Amino acid sequence: MMDPELLIQFYKRMFLIRRFEERSAEQYALGKIGGFCHLYIGEEAVAVGAIAALGEEDYVLSAYRDHGHCLAKGADPKKVMAELFGRATGLCKGKGGSMHLVDRARNFLGGYAIVGGHLPLAAGVAFALKYQSKDQVVLCFFGEGAVPTGICHESLNMAALWKLPIIFLCENNRYGMGTPVERASAIYNIVQVASAYDMPKDSFNGMDVIQVYEHVKAAVEMVRIKQVPIFLEAKTYRFMGHSMSDPAHGHYRTKKEVDEAKKLDPIPSLKQHLIRNNILTESQVQAIEKEVQGIVQEAVEFADASPEPPLGSLEEDLYV
Amino acid sequence: MSLITYREALNQALREEMRRDERVFLIGEEVAYYQGAFKVSKGFLEEFGPRRVVDTPITEAGFTGVGIGAALAGLRPVIEMMTFNFAILALDQIVNNAAKIRYMSGGQLSVPIVIRGPGSAAHQLAAQHSQSLEAWFCHVPGLKVIMPATPKDAKGLLKSAIRDENPVIFIEAQLLYATKGDVPDGEYMIPIGQAEVKRGGRDVTIIAYSKMLLLALEAAEELAKEGISIEVVDPRTLKPLDAETILRSVRKTNRVVIVEEGWRFSGMGAQIAEVIYAEAMDSLDGPIIRVAGREVPIPYAKNLEQAAIPDKARIIQGVKQAMYL
Repeated sequence: MMDPELLIQFYKRMFLIRRFEERSAEQYALGKIGGFCHLYIGEEAVAVGAIAALGEEDYVLSAYRDHGHCLAKGADPKKVMAELFGRATGLCKGKGGSMHLVDRARNFLGGYAIVGGHLPLAAGVAFALKYQSKDQVVLCFFGEGAVPTGICHESLNMAALWKLPIIFLCENNRYGMGTPVERASAIYNIVQVASAYDMPKDSFNGMDVIQVYEHVKAAVEMVRIKQVPIFLEAKTYRFMGHSMSDPAHGHYRTKKEVDEAKKLDPIPSLKQHLIRNNILTESQVQAIEKEVQGIVQEAVEFADASPEPPLGSLEEDLYV
Repeated sequence: MSLITYREALNQALREEMRRDERVFLIGEEVAYYQGAFKVSKGFLEEFGPRRVVDTPITEAGFTGVGIGAALAGLRPVIEMMTFNFAILALDQIVNNAAKIRYMSGGQLSVPIVIRGPGSAAHQLAAQHSQSLEAWFCHVPGLKVIMPATPKDAKGLLKSAIRDENPVIFIEAQLLYATKGDVPDGEYMIPIGQAEVKRGGRDVTIIAYSKMLLLALEAAEELAKEGISIEVVDPRTLKPLDAETILRSVRKTNRVVIVEEGWRFSGMGAQIAEVIYAEAMDSLDGPIIRVAGREVPIPYAKNLEQAAIPDKARIIQGVKQAMYL
C-alpha cells in the first residue's frame, strides 16, 4: 500500500504540470512564449512517479520536452514560466528557453534539444559519480525517437561496459514527431535494445503514476546498490501535438486514437484512486486544484511582470 | 632548460596536472594499454591506473559526450582524439553541448574540458586523415582553440588549458611529435590568448602557427641570406586571438604574409586578415598575402600531397609578392 501523503504529492505535482502546460499553451497563443514549445500533457505520471523515486541529490537530464521533468525535480514554477517568457528572472536568465531548462541547485542538468545528444552527457555524469565514489544516481529521460540514434547506442554500450549508475528512462509516447515507432525502429518492443548491451530492463505502464513510481524505485535501488545501469520504458502518450505548431491529431494519427488514449489520462485516474480509497474527498481534491491553479497563475503573472534580459547580458555567461 | 620532444612535453604537462589534481583524467581511444596512438600517454596507465586513464570503444561522439557530462559533475576531463579528423564524429557534442551549455544555462553550468590530439597532414595519410579543421572550431562561440608549434608552448599551454574553466580545443600535429625544443625546468604555464614573436625582423611579418610556424622560420632564415628581414609571429592560441601582438608587428613591418595548412576559403588566415584590415589598414604597404592549403581533399600520392599544402618555397614566394619583388 502506497503512503497516502505520497499519493497526494503525486496528484499535486501532476496537476501542477498539467495546469502549467495548459497555461503555457495559452500564453504561447498570446505570443508571450515564442520558439518551439513542446508540451508534456498526457505524460505527467512518468516525470512525477520517476522523479519521486529519486533522492534530492540524484541527477536528472531530459530532452526538449522538459517542462514536466524540471517542475517535478522541484524547480520554482515562477522561474520556469519566466524562462519560457524569455525574461531575466527565468531559470537561465532567458537564454535557454523552453527546450533548455536547467536548475543546477536541484541537480536538474537540462534540457537538450538534439535528439539523443544528451544521453552521453547523462552517462558522463554517472561516470563522474562513480569516479568520485558517490552514491547518487542519474536519471536520464528520452523519447523512443532517440532510440534509433547512434549516440543512444554508444551511450548504452559505455554505461553497461563501465557499469555506470544510471537509469535510462525511455518515455515511449509512440511518436517521434509524426512518425510512429513502427516506422522508425526495427524493434517495436523498445526495451529489447537493452538486451544488446546485456543491461537489465523493465517496461511498465507510464499512464499510472503508482506503477511508474514502484518500477522506477526498484530500478533506482538496484542501480544504487549494484552500480550498474538499467533501461526502463514507460509506455505513455502525448495528448497534444508534437509542438505548439502541430495539432493534436491530423495526418499521422486520428482523433479517435487520441480520444481513446485520453481515457487513460493519469490525472483523473489518480483522482479516482484517491477518492475511492478515502484518501481525499472530492472537495479536498478541488482545494488542491485551486491551490495549484493559484501557483500557476502566480507564475504567469511573475513572468509577465518580469523584465526582459538586459541587452548588456548578450555576451555574458559564454566563457567563465 | 631541457631539450625534449613535443610528445614528451605533452606527456609532462598531462602528468603534472594529473598528479596535481585528482579530478583530471584522460579518456579516449588507446590512451591506456596501448599507451596512446602516438605515445603521448606513455606510462600513464602504470602511474595512474585504469580509473584515470580510460580506454574507450571507437565512439568519438559518445566518449566526448561522456567527458562533457563528467565535467558538468565536477571532473576535469582531457579527451584525446586519436586524430582531429575523428572529431567530426563528435561535432554535435562539441558544438551543441560543450560550447553552449554554459550560455544556455545562464551561467549555471560550466564545461572545463580539453579536447586534444593531432590535426593536419602527416606523410601520405590521404584525404580522411590529413585535415586541418581549426577554422571550424574557431567559428563556434564558447570554445577556445590552441595550436602550439613548439615543445615549450605545447607544455605551458596544455597546462593552462587543463586549468581553464571552459572547453578548450587543443590541436597538435603528428609531424610535430618528434620535433625537439628547449623547455624550462620546473613548472611553468603559458597563458591562453598570447601570441609570441618567434623571430624579430623589419621587412615583412609572417603569421604562422603549428607546423607552418617551423616552415615560416626556415623561410625566414633563407630570406635573411638575401637580406630580407622577416618577423615571425606565432598566434599559438587561435581563439581568443591576440590581435595586439599581431597588429604591433604589422605596424612595424607594414607587410603581411599569413600561412596556414588548412583550406584557403573561409580559412583561419581570412579571419586574421580581417583583424588586420579592420585595425591596421593604414599601416599596410600592400595587400595581405595568404599562403594556404589548396582547395582539394589531401591526395595520397606524395607529389600531389606536397603540392596541396604550403611549403617553404610557397612561403618565400608569398613574401616576395608582399614586397613586390
